[in-house]
Amino acid sequence: MAYNDSDPQVPEADPAGQLPAPAGQPPAPLPGSAHNGLKIVIVGGFGVGKTTMVGSVSEISPLSTEEVMTQASVGVDDDSHVRGKSTTTVAFDFGRISLDSSNVLYLFGAPGQERFWFLWDQLFAGSLGAVVLIDTRRMKDSWYAIDRLEHHRMPFVVAVNRFDDGPQPSLSKVRKALAISDQIPVVECDARVRESSKQVLITLVSYLTRLASGRTG
Amino acid sequence: MRAIDRESPDRLYTVTHGRVPGDDNPFDLVSLIVAERDPAEGMQSEHVKILTMCRTPMALAEVSAGLRLPISVVKVLLQDLLDTGGITVRHPLPGAGRSDDPDGLHLPDRDVLKQVLLGLQRL
Repeated sequence: MAYNDSDPQVPEADPAGQLPAPAGQPPAPLPGSAHNGLKIVIVGGFGVGKTTMVGSVSEISPLSTEEVMTQASVGVDDDSHVRGKSTTTVAFDFGRISLDSSNVLYLFGAPGQERFWFLWDQLFAGSLGAVVLIDTRRMKDSWYAIDRLEHHRMPFVVAVNRFDDGPQPSLSKVRKALAISDQIPVVECDARVRESSKQVLITLVSYLTRLASGRTG
Repeated sequence: MRAIDRESPDRLYTVTHGRVPGDDNPFDLVSLIVAERDPAEGMQSEHVKILTMCRTPMALAEVSAGLRLPISVVKVLLQDLLDTGGITVRHPLPGAGRSDDPDGLHLPDRDVLKQVLLGLQRL
């Protein structure tokens, strides 16, 4: 059984007019001077818009990669699907932003569900931080991810992806519902819009900078 | 949806000759791989592809996506090439994952953050 946590991708008009390279074409190569890969992880449940967010700011069409999980590491809560199999697979998408001639930022969309936890260690090792992407129609999907991020001491910000047909609770209600402490930024976004996704990333990095400077206010 | 394990676990086993990445394998998802020589006759086809793809720096995750092989399989293939001098690896700079914050959060280096912020603002 393979999981594909890629969000369904609906072709969207890009308001910023900056479409990534068409799918199927090899992504543009990095310059030879590129030497430092950086990671930011976007965590959220299925269909919350992780791939959409990755795609809206990435300089390449989101790529998909995958990791295999051996049966030994399958959670006891959910092993019916692997009976008789030696491995199971989870796919996840990522994109790329060349920040300057030497630094390259990779954005990984990480499935938030518990059964994908085996993937998280290598996604989060060395990551700058995380964005928890929330769908207000399914807020409880985010509880586990937030709990694990806190457990891993991985700094994160919360971005509420607004869906037109969803409930529109205020950001303070979202903060309260998810028990997010006051100093952690909670922002709204439209993951389809490049500028909006960019602002979410800037919010995260600004927050990390405040933390690293010892100012959490 | 594409299921590599539906394809055949045997294929993955063959690609790596049954090996799995060791605990000491040095590769991160964003380690940048650089080919140091051209493919040679008789090389395993996956090694040939990696040396061709990595003529310019390419992150492990991108190599995995390009080969359509799982990350752990790619790590084994890259280790082969590293051991034989076929590639060099530009590891992510240390900085992230430090825990010198009073709250115990894993915080990256401030200089790194500054460069990231500048890069994002230029987008």
